[in-house]
Amino acid sequence: MTPALLHRLIVAVSDDLIAHADELTALDQAVGDGDHGVNMKRGCEAVLAKLEAIGAQPLDEALKAVGKTLVMTVGGASGPLFGSFFMAAGDALSRDGKLPENLAGIFGSGVGAVSARGRSQPGEKTMLDVLCPVLEILKAEAGHPDLIERVRTTASEAVARTIPMQATKGRASFLGARSVGHVDPGARSSCILVHAVCDSLEAEQ
Amino acid sequence: MNDMVGIVIVSHSKDIAKGTADMVRQMVGSEVRVAFCGGDPDGGLGTNVSLIIDAINDAWSPKGVAILVDLGGAETNSEMAVEMLQPERRNLVVVCNAPIVEGAVMAATEAAGGSSLEQVRAVAEELSAG
Repeated sequence: MTPALLHRLIVAVSDDLIAHADELTALDQAVGDGDHGVNMKRGCEAVLAKLEAIGAQPLDEALKAVGKTLVMTVGGASGPLFGSFFMAAGDALSRDGKLPENLAGIFGSGVGAVSARGRSQPGEKTMLDVLCPVLEILKAEAGHPDLIERVRTTASEAVARTIPMQATKGRASFLGARSVGHVDPGARSSCILVHAVCDSLEAEQ
Repeated sequence: MNDMVGIVIVSHSKDIAKGTADMVRQMVGSEVRVAFCGGDPDGGLGTNVSLIIDAINDAWSPKGVAILVDLGGAETNSEMAVEMLQPERRNLVVVCNAPIVEGAVMAATEAAGGSSLEQVRAVAEELSAG
């Protein structure tokens, strides 16, 4: 990956999450404690503040630096969750990273870290309900010419599937059956992240 | 002072964290090291890994540190903070599954008697076992 593309990816993901902060907060007011948008915005702003330093590093180190910045600045549980995703993906890329060949493996390491950190599995109305279906597509359709579009569609559909789910993890679990009928905020922010990456990579082609 | 387990209190609210620490000091005394933190990086309600790491280091004892937390994010952020400590400290810090106020008082009481980290944790967690 060229430094210019890495730079654009960081800006695109951060800008999109910041632009959706109010929407994420509104979703989180329905099923959580209403801080997801402002927390993600703070984390993304901290990443953007370090853009020059992070963007100048090789991708694996950049991923770890993004993760650590999110852990230290986001404030809610989403800091360690998103932070662990990027830190584990960076570690996997350092270990056995060839992109795009090992994309699914590297992404999968990030997903595994989220699952371990949150002690959560898919189906519990969390960000994993977007990240796991995306991982499955990355595995199943590796190298497919339409992979980007398929990932984008998968992420959107996966967000919608969180609506009827009942939360059993995180603050939303306090609501029990009342969590049903709402989009999960972490699933939505994961989808925004995935879409921003898809858009940037597509613009590159 | 260094031969007692240290106590860290992590709440979403700095006021709750401070109030809990005040109760511990009044009920148990000041010989046990107690540190607390609360609030997100902007001063709102939330928890913050960087402040938790500082609190662990403030309460540090060679016998270890027991952390008491309130709600989900406090636990997740505390576990993350433990992993980000220097490697030789990581295995000497535990996050207790216990109510924050009662757990902190019970853990500090046990720590004041010179108990091990595992004993301190067990006493705090008995509260959750009901």
